[in-house]
Amino acid sequence: MNTSPIALQTIAVSKSYDGGSSVIRAVEQVSIEAKAGEFVALVGPSGSGKTTLLAMLAGLLTPTTGEVMIDGNNLGKMREAERTAFRRQKIGFTFQANNLVPFLTARENVELMLRLNGKLDRAGQARAADLLDRLGLGDRMNNLPRQLSGGQQQRVAIARALIHDPSVVLADEPTASLDTQRAFQVVATFADMIHEQNRAGIMVTHDLRLCRYVDRVIQMQDGVLVRNVDEEAEISAMANGSGHFDIPSIGLLDARLGAPNLVGV
Amino acid sequence: MAGYLALKEIWRMRGRYILFSSVIALITMLVLFVAALAEGLGAGNREYLQKLNGDLIVYQSNVDLNIGASQLGATVSAEVRRLPGVVAAGPIGFANATLVLPDGRKPLGVALIGVLPGQPGEPPVTTGTGLRNRRDNEAIIDRQVALRTGLRAGDTLTVKSIQGAKEQYYPLKVVGVSDNRQYSLQPSVIVPDRTWDEIRSQAIVGGKPDGEFVANVIAVKVEDPRYSAEVAKAIGSNIRDVVAVDRVTAYEATPGYSAQQSTLNTQKYFALIIGVLVIGGFFQILTLQKVAQIGMLKAIGAPNLTVGLAAIIQIICVTAAGVGMGAAATLLLSLGFPKTIPIVFSADAVLTAILSLLLIGPIGGLVSVRYALKVEPLTALGLAS
Repeated sequence: MNTSPIALQTIAVSKSYDGGSSVIRAVEQVSIEAKAGEFVALVGPSGSGKTTLLAMLAGLLTPTTGEVMIDGNNLGKMREAERTAFRRQKIGFTFQANNLVPFLTARENVELMLRLNGKLDRAGQARAADLLDRLGLGDRMNNLPRQLSGGQQQRVAIARALIHDPSVVLADEPTASLDTQRAFQVVATFADMIHEQNRAGIMVTHDLRLCRYVDRVIQMQDGVLVRNVDEEAEISAMANGSGHFDIPSIGLLDARLGAPNLVGV
Repeated sequence: MAGYLALKEIWRMRGRYILFSSVIALITMLVLFVAALAEGLGAGNREYLQKLNGDLIVYQSNVDLNIGASQLGATVSAEVRRLPGVVAAGPIGFANATLVLPDGRKPLGVALIGVLPGQPGEPPVTTGTGLRNRRDNEAIIDRQVALRTGLRAGDTLTVKSIQGAKEQYYPLKVVGVSDNRQYSLQPSVIVPDRTWDEIRSQAIVGGKPDGEFVANVIAVKVEDPRYSAEVAKAIGSNIRDVVAVDRVTAYEATPGYSAQQSTLNTQKYFALIIGVLVIGGFFQILTLQKVAQIGMLKAIGAPNLTVGLAAIIQIICVTAAGVGMGAAATLLLSLGFPKTIPIVFSADAVLTAILSLLLIGPIGGLVSVRYALKVEPLTALGLAS
């Protein structure tokens, strides 16, 4: 049982859009939390609202109702510039694609977060090099992103997401463009780093097989939270079942996970 | 931070930025050459009048400042000279003539200008001496004549003119060479007034020239240039049928001068507008290509100010590099041009053109900077509000 403090929390957050004749409810009354050192998978089929929830966790979207707290700070009470500053100081980010600045080397991409925070010094440079080395990129530090494979690029993105000691690390489909073996390697590395550095990690993914590396799985469907799984055996069962949300169908997935039900966290 | 991102991108993607700077360099060359051509042609038209060692120019009053149409009798100069505030007055006559060159070389058309020796109208010489007597067969040639013919002080030139229906040849001794004094896009040969009156083409009546010396205009030097407007007014009111204007008014009234300058200036402004559009288009395309990257930078916490400043720094650097390359290339090319081509790179015109070109970069890039500022960090997640 993880007894670390709560690093990230949403309190009944909802996000709805004006869809002309109707209101589109992308996320509805979702309450989740993640503790320091906890790696959480946010899973669900396309359109289930998981990326919208991730955007609210990052302060990129303002909830229509509800609150997002990171390290005890309410993102909704911050002004735009404050949220931007908070993001670069307290949040690490990896994305599905276009993760890296194409004209910066692997090392410069990692150092970018320190530069943005005005904290790039010799110690920071050494830490970036060390992090890349530990991620198996010691000999690729001076390569540009186009000279790296997809897996290597994601590992650089992981290093960048961790270099500035964020409280929370958010990953949006970090393995979407990778083959299975590389996807497993990347997520395993990610999980190791989250645990080792005691960060709270949230990973949005379609791929249930990646759940074998996480501590908890939160399943969303149609904008609502339908399942919160933290039993190791149950997570393993999810991970060992057949793969994706979109392939096979939601019906099969639902059969595997059991009937959907609203679960409070 | 903005400078770091901007310069790193320029350096690492230098192929694309050099290509674009080259396009700006070509636009710069076009603008500079058109400006130099405008200056050169303008100078070729106005040079003699602009550099005239007089403050006012007197015309016949009813000819709309048309030098060719203005006819002033010999007595007018004396009347002008007697007015208070006038230091000197020199009648000037303009005609066309041809210099016959030895060794079968192509004859050179020149402006044959008759002046009263030692009076306003006679240019100072850079080598040799000035004109001495009104009837001497002597001439001052301007630098352009010297460059094109190889004539020097002490040489003899031959002027051909048509008297009635016959060609007449007049040998004149070159006593001095002045700086460029072109008039009506022709290099100048300046001769004493009586000699000019004899040489210039005219109809023959009874085997003799058809009249006494008549000047086209009179150059007037005033005692105190601050009061030249008052002197001009006094000339107009005290002497019948004449009008006095300053040099600028005089050369701007030269036939074709304004039309020529406005045509060339229009070309220059169009080149600048094209520059704005090209730079704007380039940076807009570049920004569109970078939307995902900009979104990602904002998502990880890069402030809008950093993104906007980086874009502005890139625009300034690329424009400055392009303008620098273009100016250097123009300079190098112009060194190889024959001196007879009417291209003049005056400091004022070049500086104005370069400053205008440096300004068009940021102006053209404004749209793309605004676009970059509007990119939402949500695009990094494939979302848009």
